Amino acid sequence: MRAATPARPAGLSWLLIAAGLAWLGLAILLPLASVFVEAFRKGLPVFLAAFDDPDAQAAIRLTLTVALIAVPLNALFGIAAAWTVTKFEFRGKTLLLSLIDLPFSMSPVISGLVWVLLFGANGWFGPQLENLGIQVIFNVTGIVLATVLVTLPFVARELIPLMQSQGADEECAAITLGASGLKTFSLVTLPNISWALLYGVLLCNARAMGEFGAVSVVSGHIRGLTDTMPLHVEALYNDYQYASAFAVASLLAGLALVTLAAKSLLEWRFGGELARPTLSEPIKK
Amino acid sequence: MGFTIFYLSAIVLIPLAALVARPWEHGWSGFWDTVSDPRVLAALRLSFGVSFAAAGVNVVMGVLVAWVLVRYDFPGRRIVDAIVDLPFALPTAVAGIALATIYGPHGWVGALVAPLGVKIAYTPVGIFIALVAVGLPFIVRAVQPVLQDFDAEVEEAALTLGAESWQRASQVILPAVTPALITGFSLAFARAVGEYGSVIFIAGNMPMRSEIAPLLIVIKLQQFNYAGAASVGLAMLVLSFAVLIAINMVQLAFARRGGR
Repeated sequence: MRAATPARPAGLSWLLIAAGLAWLGLAILLPLASVFVEAFRKGLPVFLAAFDDPDAQAAIRLTLTVALIAVPLNALFGIAAAWTVTKFEFRGKTLLLSLIDLPFSMSPVISGLVWVLLFGANGWFGPQLENLGIQVIFNVTGIVLATVLVTLPFVARELIPLMQSQGADEECAAITLGASGLKTFSLVTLPNISWALLYGVLLCNARAMGEFGAVSVVSGHIRGLTDTMPLHVEALYNDYQYASAFAVASLLAGLALVTLAAKSLLEWRFGGELARPTLSEPIKK
Repeated sequence: MGFTIFYLSAIVLIPLAALVARPWEHGWSGFWDTVSDPRVLAALRLSFGVSFAAAGVNVVMGVLVAWVLVRYDFPGRRIVDAIVDLPFALPTAVAGIALATIYGPHGWVGALVAPLGVKIAYTPVGIFIALVAVGLPFIVRAVQPVLQDFDAEVEEAALTLGAESWQRASQVILPAVTPALITGFSLAFARAVGEYGSVIFIAGNMPMRSEIAPLLIVIKLQQFNYAGAASVGLAMLVLSFAVLIAINMVQLAFARRGGR
């Protein structure tokens, strides 16, 4: 139901287009372009040297490790949550949905803070864990926990509206015909949601690898040990090593562009199988 | 179902309980002394004020961008459409150092305005610019589907009845878009209040002047003042929700006035 464009003075419409594009250029393209320009400002050797640094390599490894743990966890949760919300009727469903959505309306700094309150040196469980020799804060565990909290809604938000619109009819049919629960899930539900799942995982992964605020609170900034890529960018920048900072940043920006391209491809090809095109709308209750 | 509830409790509920319980370590007065400290008040005022202004500007520019993307078919439209989501995908620290460099004294824009005596980076103006960049996609994505589905016939009817183009825009299209606009505004606002990575590099972080509330939490944590950090965090969360509820009520009132 595309609205037809009424005849308008051509001059005015081009002016509007120019104004809109100029604003987008200023707000979005200019910062993106500057990342790549600054990264290569001192030439290719300096750019490449930024990745020879063992601390940079450790940061890249850590970021990949954290994403590799956090994203599958939240994908699993997203499927379980969507299954719970759409295939069962129970009281408090609205509350459950609001809780799933909550990390989106919380400052990332608060998402890091809560883990320090639990497991930090002065936290609820901090001293006991210390006696056991377990360190959560200023450690990889804390970084994973903070990342999991921040990225928790992504997969669930993609799957819930889709599974809501699909209903439970096909699953009911499968079970009536004698399929087990697991078989029903893997042969009926999973194929129906695979593209939306991929879409959610994609967005979840981009955020997990790029998260800064929450991770910065729990990491302790130990170079080569607890610095993720974004934290490594910050450390370099604050050391006035701008070329290296932007070199590592350009890798993250590249990741964002790849994510965006893959996301657009999914939207264009499988638009009908994704419930919503964007992540900015709240979940419909 | 059991897994869902267990996971939500472990990851969201219990940590949140710590946030709600922790500020009262030194009683109500401990919480109140922290929150009414002039430096904290200044940070909260800055965070909420600038977020509100940024979301406000984005309402206007977001509608413009959404309008252009929906109504005109120009070369490269699909790519531009995809680019709108970049602030969702770009890590905030990357956006932060990029903006600080562009608007810094030697940057592409900073050097341009410096001779005029205008300073952007390391002032509240810098914070405003970072929050505008972060919030833009929320408004565009909220308004776009409404504009797309907007019944062309209604607009054509207005046209045949002799409405001028500004009349069509203000009396026919604007009321239809307003609920989506309010939703987009509140999403952009909530995101801006909590934003950290893209702001701290450009903000300058001067106490009382350009220090945002999330940064204050980080500072208090570095001093191992857990109760203080939790107090500021809780205050931010409560204020955010109060504003969001108020916006929601405006939306409800609007829906009712629009009649059914």
